[in-house]
Amino acid sequence: MPLLSVDELKVTFAGHGRRATTAVSGVSFDVDEGQVVGLVGESGCGKSVTSLALMGLLPAKGVRVEGRADYRGTDLLSLSPSRLRDLRGTQLAMIFQDPLSSLNPVVPIGVQVTEILSRHRGLRGQAARDEAATLLDRVGIPDPRRRLKEYPHQLSGGMRQRALIAMAVACAPRLLIADEPTTALDVTIQAQILELLKELVDQQGTALLMITHDLGVVAGLCDEVNVLYAGKVVESADRRTLFAEPAHPYAHGLLNSIPRLDAPRGQPLNPVRGSINDQIAWADGCAFAPRCDFYTLDCLQGTPELGPLNADAVAGHQVRCVNPVREPLAVTTLAEVGAGGDPPAEAAAPKGAPKTAPKAAPKEETSE
Amino acid sequence: MSLLELNEVKVHFPVRRGVFFDRVVGHVYAVDGVSLTVEAGQTYGLVGESGCGKTTLGRAVLRLNDITSGQVVFDGTDLAALPDEEMRRSRRRLQMVFQDPLGSLNPRQNIESILAEGMAAHGIGADRTERRARIVEVLEKVGLPADALSRYPHEFSGGQRQRIGIARALVLEPDLIICDEPVSALDVSIQAQVINLLEELQDSLGLTYLVIAHDLAVVRHISDVIGVMYLGALVEEAPSDLLYAEPRHPYTRALMSAVPVPDPEVEDSRERILLRGDLPSPANPPSGCRFHTRCPWRQPERCDTERPDLVELADGHRVACHYAAEIADGTLRPTRELAERILPEDEPIGAPAVGDEPSAAPVEAG
Repeated sequence: MPLLSVDELKVTFAGHGRRATTAVSGVSFDVDEGQVVGLVGESGCGKSVTSLALMGLLPAKGVRVEGRADYRGTDLLSLSPSRLRDLRGTQLAMIFQDPLSSLNPVVPIGVQVTEILSRHRGLRGQAARDEAATLLDRVGIPDPRRRLKEYPHQLSGGMRQRALIAMAVACAPRLLIADEPTTALDVTIQAQILELLKELVDQQGTALLMITHDLGVVAGLCDEVNVLYAGKVVESADRRTLFAEPAHPYAHGLLNSIPRLDAPRGQPLNPVRGSINDQIAWADGCAFAPRCDFYTLDCLQGTPELGPLNADAVAGHQVRCVNPVREPLAVTTLAEVGAGGDPPAEAAAPKGAPKTAPKAAPKEETSE
Repeated sequence: MSLLELNEVKVHFPVRRGVFFDRVVGHVYAVDGVSLTVEAGQTYGLVGESGCGKTTLGRAVLRLNDITSGQVVFDGTDLAALPDEEMRRSRRRLQMVFQDPLGSLNPRQNIESILAEGMAAHGIGADRTERRARIVEVLEKVGLPADALSRYPHEFSGGQRQRIGIARALVLEPDLIICDEPVSALDVSIQAQVINLLEELQDSLGLTYLVIAHDLAVVRHISDVIGVMYLGALVEEAPSDLLYAEPRHPYTRALMSAVPVPDPEVEDSRERILLRGDLPSPANPPSGCRFHTRCPWRQPERCDTERPDLVELADGHRVACHYAAEIADGTLRPTRELAERILPEDEPIGAPAVGDEPSAAPVEAG
């Protein structure tokens, strides 16, 4: 049985006198014990609202949350606020994107960390301070005893995020939800934080729900990936399958549009056309249809179901599309010369870009 | 001939303290001696982390910040020495595209008024009709409908707003456009649209770009030459593909290894150099090599006392590191206390960061 099983989660914000906005329109996914699961999508796809709903952090007024989220047999969405407060911190914990605004600016770090320890673990006084110092040390904050007395503004961005992680793991939660934990950080600091999260997951067996827009972060960290579009999961697979054979045109297009660090120069990118504003309601068909290169009239026959790609698909590879992309992703990398990338891959480029032609050329330039 | 040449450009911001006396108590060395050359028709990419001075340098070229010392030679004229009015007039040829497309467009002006303002200031187009014709032409080039003229910035999506920002630069027919983080505020699928647009415009109009960004993958895609900045100075400069294949400065290598690649195969197998600690304050930069406090290859004495110059290793490949050659051929190995390296056991230290056959890349500098 999975640790967390989210079933048809739906979040609707009441519009003040206007039409209500559905931010999450039926999201389902599972998180197993000790697993790293990614929720990927662009702004407005509902990934953050999903995490807030799971943690019970959405305001009670003006928001309607439907569906189920089973955490070890209890439905998180129907728990009383006080029961949920007991679970948060001990069983579930969350790290946010902006570490400065998630810390109290007028309270020293030490007080903020010991607060959790006294609330959930009953530690007081010196014992709590010792434990807090140990926690800061474990997340790689040098000189933890001095840092405990400091205020959030005295810490750098990376250190603040470490402090937040220390607070999140203070009670060894079973599930950690990280909402864009590295987006506000520089890449070298991002690498440190991702490494730290990996270590924590490995050592403590904590399951991690990683919410991000960065497919690169997902590729290095997650076991399972769910791609969100307009409030629904459009594709889910293990990371190797997803990155090698994205089947939903959105996932495929997204991976095709990213400039890769290791790609040779001079290839045009293949952007997904239009913007997130060009979407239709899921009830009328596929929300991605207006931007899709593989669009047919079948796409407008009601909501497509999330189902296995085909009979011989990799286990767990599910796609919400009536007309999925069958070819693997075409990628040319600088290092690939002589490695013989698969030739049929060329056909996968939806706009017929000359993907494989300049393969040998850039290497020549390099050596001159 | 090169279109833009920076010569030892320094931008220092004074740090002031005191109510009555307004003493200068120190300086923030935002840009501390940068020399680089941008060829006409090319794209020069400046990459670095926040606080490295890349934006300040870009603004200094347009003299939006005061230049403390050094020369900014644009098409034969030293902009740093120009009187203000002449500088204002030469800004027609140097335009800028800003990071935040909403914040850099006046919400109370419609698109026509935003675009016509610069034209009026520089005396382009005799009257409103003439300007409007030109604006419609440019809007079409950047992929916006002509009915955008009477609309306001909030009516557009992020990608479209950035197109307006680009159009605002283009109506003045500039030679050089400085793009400061042109896509970092945009969603991934929109980024590619704007990047392609910038490249198409360069091809059709012969523009020169100075692109400033923190995202190495974007910079590598769009630039012919890349300069990597760290704490106010260039640490490495090389043609785009070469920089990727053979990064020579330890900082470049660490930066490159930290950029996530959306490919699990690559992510699992490549070299990773984790830097310890944070960027030091530019108000109090480290002595000697600016990077020595975080460098995995740091050597005693020379690195913390002597500041390395940018030395040309091979054609167009400049590196500011005392030990670049030794690190490349593997005679110098990183010290473990400073760096955690996670890399396949059999891979030689001096090999390029990613790839199955690192040895296939010919080594250039001896």
